Amino acid sequence: MGNDALKVAGLNHWFGTGEARKQAIYDFDLTIARGSLTILMGPSGSGKTTVLTLVGCLRDVQEGSVQLLGHELHGASRPMNESLRKRLGFIFQAHNLHESLTAEQNVMMGLQVHGLRGPTYTQAARRALELVGLGDRMTYLPQNLSGGQKQRVAVARALVGNPDIIFADEPTAALDKESGVNVVRMLKELGRARGTTTVMVTHDNRILDMADRILTMEDGRLIKDSGSLV
Amino acid sequence: MSRLLAALFGRLPIGWLQLTHSKGRLAAAVAGVAFANVLVFVQLGLASSMATATLRPYDFFNADIMISAQDANALTEGGNVARQWMFQALADPDVVAATPIYIGMMNWQQPDLTLALLTFGIDPNNDAFIAPDIVRKIAPLRLQNGAIIDFNTRGLSPDVAASIRPQSPQTFEVSGQTVTLFDTFQGGGGFGSDGHMIMSDQSFLALSGGRSAGAPDHILLHVASGADPAVVADRLRGAISDQSLRIRTYAAAIQQDITYQSTQRPTGVIFGFGVVIGILVGIVIVYQVLSTDVADHMREYATFKAMGYGQWFFLGVVLEEALILAVFGFIPGSIIGYSMLSGMREITNLPIVLTGTMAFQVFFGTLAACAISGALATRKLAAADPADLF
Repeated sequence: MGNDALKVAGLNHWFGTGEARKQAIYDFDLTIARGSLTILMGPSGSGKTTVLTLVGCLRDVQEGSVQLLGHELHGASRPMNESLRKRLGFIFQAHNLHESLTAEQNVMMGLQVHGLRGPTYTQAARRALELVGLGDRMTYLPQNLSGGQKQRVAVARALVGNPDIIFADEPTAALDKESGVNVVRMLKELGRARGTTTVMVTHDNRILDMADRILTMEDGRLIKDSGSLV
Repeated sequence: MSRLLAALFGRLPIGWLQLTHSKGRLAAAVAGVAFANVLVFVQLGLASSMATATLRPYDFFNADIMISAQDANALTEGGNVARQWMFQALADPDVVAATPIYIGMMNWQQPDLTLALLTFGIDPNNDAFIAPDIVRKIAPLRLQNGAIIDFNTRGLSPDVAASIRPQSPQTFEVSGQTVTLFDTFQGGGGFGSDGHMIMSDQSFLALSGGRSAGAPDHILLHVASGADPAVVADRLRGAISDQSLRIRTYAAAIQQDITYQSTQRPTGVIFGFGVVIGILVGIVIVYQVLSTDVADHMREYATFKAMGYGQWFFLGVVLEEALILAVFGFIPGSIIGYSMLSGMREITNLPIVLTGTMAFQVFFGTLAACAISGALATRKLAAADPADLF
């Protein structure tokens, strides 16, 4: 396995069929180094989220090559996809917490997928929540948490399994400036401490100065690459 | 409960937490499953009562082989059998005894209702063919027009039934002649009659104008100790020249009657359909509940899928919900179903019973229906990319 967490070459993607078929991603090439924090920017409809779902194993690759953690996603089997997804952490714009589970139980789901059971994993879930400042909200259901608190639970859930890569889609959209900056700082520190790679889609200019690299997309194409800012 | 289920499943009991999160929906789902259970219980109870009611008259007798007319699909159906075949059957070395039985309906006209009694005419002197619990009551049948009546006859009050004793007989008229009831026996209402009555063959023939002693409804045979009734019946089929007769072991006749009642008689077919419809209604209700639940949690499931959870996990969650609904629906369903069947038994005097086997069948049927519904409900989830579900 090389030093690249993600390597994309000649990626094209279409939505729809027949006459309604429309190309969303054009000849996308990208290589992301391990441990880096990369921000993907661009106007709405530019294809950022589509790229994120394609490289994050959430959508089948139609054309081109996507090598994630050394594994080719184009034509990958379902078990391969499931196995790779366990090594990833996702933070969605809509927190997507399970409404019937408490904050602690939602975070536990990030561990249970690895087959972890027992008191140790309960402790790990609690530590993750304390890390995002929600030590006093463990037994709260999502309906009793604010938008920012829900997003922090989602961050804890994504981080608790020690993923190799974190994909985050507008993770700070529901957060105030301070919370947003804290979340991104936490992701950056994880990159340093554990070598975790972060790929983040955002419109949030407040966090740009924390990125190692900034990519800009427009109309399904990568139009600008800042290169390493470190 | 959460801890118990967590220990049982070895993971967070997502299904339980999901169901109990919305208590109103859980109550509606449990009510739906209970309703389906009640439907199945009632239909099963009625279907089994039909089998019990069919079997009951056979229990009045004790025989190894029964000779009947070709169209005698049931004990109470079909033409007559010439009594001469009874004598020919007795020529077989393994046939040790034979008796004719005569069957017909007789009405006990009461001021406000008429009791239709399925009446058996038997030879009281040939008591080896009579069941032990009845044989000790048949002495008065030797009297002209003497009879004993089914204690459980529908419309016959228990007080009146209890008052019918040899020392306090009751009388009623059939075809202008007086019938005297000397005692009672345990029978039970059926679908074709209110109860049963047993009298001597001579009384039966005297009260049934037009019936001939030479043409009974069935002939019962006893075979020698150690002889196989099936083998003897086979041999009799070859020996008796009337090939249209049905010569069967008594056990085979009972089985064929039950099969006939449940597959060819309208009541049996209707009850059978009732059970099927109950199961289908149950599947539809549970499928609706579970598929709505899956649809409502699609974003959360998609998130789990994105985290690496596989199809077995989702199937497990939905089956967990199905199991919970099956158990929670079964408890009130069985209580209501049992109460309804008890009420129906009181009103109709039909031998309706809810056995442990039936309850077992309904529970596991419910479980299977819930599991099938759950598996169907996760199909969309299995096929979709997580990104398409957000």
